[in-house]
Amino acid sequence: MKDVKVLGSGCKRCEATELMIRTEAQKLGIEISVEKVTDYAEIAKFGIVSTPGVVIDGKVVHAGGAPKAEDVAKWLAA
Amino acid sequence: MSTNAPTNLHSAPHEPTALWVGATVGLIALWFVIYWQLPQFSDWTTSRLPFVPGSPLAEAVKFFVYDTPKVLMLLTLVVFGMGVVRSFFSPERTRALLAGKSEGIGNVAAAGLGVFTPFCSCSAVPLFVGFVSAGVPLGVTFSFLIAAPMVNEVALGLLFGLVGWKVALTYLVFGLGIATISGWVIGRLHLEGWLEEWVRNVRSGAVEIPIESPSIVDRIKAGREAVRDIVGRVWMWIIVGIAAGAFIHGYVPSDLLASIMGKGAWWSVPAVVLIGIPMYSNAAGIIPVVEALLTKGVALGTVLAFMMSVIALSFPEMIILRKVLTTKLLIVFFGIVGLGIIAVGYLFNALFS
Repeated sequence: MKDVKVLGSGCKRCEATELMIRTEAQKLGIEISVEKVTDYAEIAKFGIVSTPGVVIDGKVVHAGGAPKAEDVAKWLAA
Repeated sequence: MSTNAPTNLHSAPHEPTALWVGATVGLIALWFVIYWQLPQFSDWTTSRLPFVPGSPLAEAVKFFVYDTPKVLMLLTLVVFGMGVVRSFFSPERTRALLAGKSEGIGNVAAAGLGVFTPFCSCSAVPLFVGFVSAGVPLGVTFSFLIAAPMVNEVALGLLFGLVGWKVALTYLVFGLGIATISGWVIGRLHLEGWLEEWVRNVRSGAVEIPIESPSIVDRIKAGREAVRDIVGRVWMWIIVGIAAGAFIHGYVPSDLLASIMGKGAWWSVPAVVLIGIPMYSNAAGIIPVVEALLTKGVALGTVLAFMMSVIALSFPEMIILRKVLTTKLLIVFFGIVGLGIIAVGYLFNALFS
């Protein structure tokens, strides 16, 4: 079970990112739990400057703009 | 990849690269060919329209017919180019460059990086907090935050194409100047205590995001993505802006505008800055209006002040920034930037008289 956090204040791209992660995880058959982090102070603690950000098992893997689907698959499979 | 992979796999990734680069070069060449044909196309179209030549309606329609394809094409090329350039920058990298920079140099660097770093106003709060909490001085952060929306590629590209390189260059220089100096002044005032409390308490270290260096194809794709995103989002604004410009061009009498916004009217500069604050448009929408105003004898400084105010100072931005700045600091921020814009307006009107 991978613990995924999507960091962002609820903009369109953040939602698209969350959806993409869920879809990719399903495709790969990987179980994940997705948590949306919308509080700015919480987001800042991860050290990112641009949203949406993606954190997998406590590690920041992406910041700024919607990620590419193939990258998401790579992070989930890692 | 296993070590005994067939050797011909090595050449495989090069083929798509050549294809992408070739297609991009071809499309850009095609762009120039079409762009050069535009005036003829517009001439042909307007000559077919059933209006009395020289009438206000004919003039307005002509402005619209000439400007719409021109602006949309320019925008597409500029956004593509900047999309590629911006793939070399990221806000995280910019922060790393700015953290620990002293004021002065830091303000100049922040203003310059503000032009190239990808920035979306929806990210303004995380960006602000991320910068300040990682040790970027407050004034330097403001320099970035002022330059990022004001001196952007869309504004510069369209000014260059529609109004000319001299105005575009002056806009660049003075926009960077305002961002640098306003940020520096805010830094000198030592207003860190006027940040919202939670912002002062956030401590974040720099984060290492494992970014693989993008290939040329990735960068071209980034440009294409930027076109899809930005042109897809702002084309409506542009049509509205061109329509407003066309209306001014056809119907608003020159004497009227020249008398209220000409060089003679000293109060027009602060007035247009105030008018510009509640107006919320992006650069793409406002530049056709700027073009129309200039042809009507409105003073250049007044027009530039108006444009800077519309783009750089806006209510939505105020509301977003209120989450991190106390009302006092927000007023100081808008006051200093507003005064800077007014100063540039007067300076221009004095220089180009």
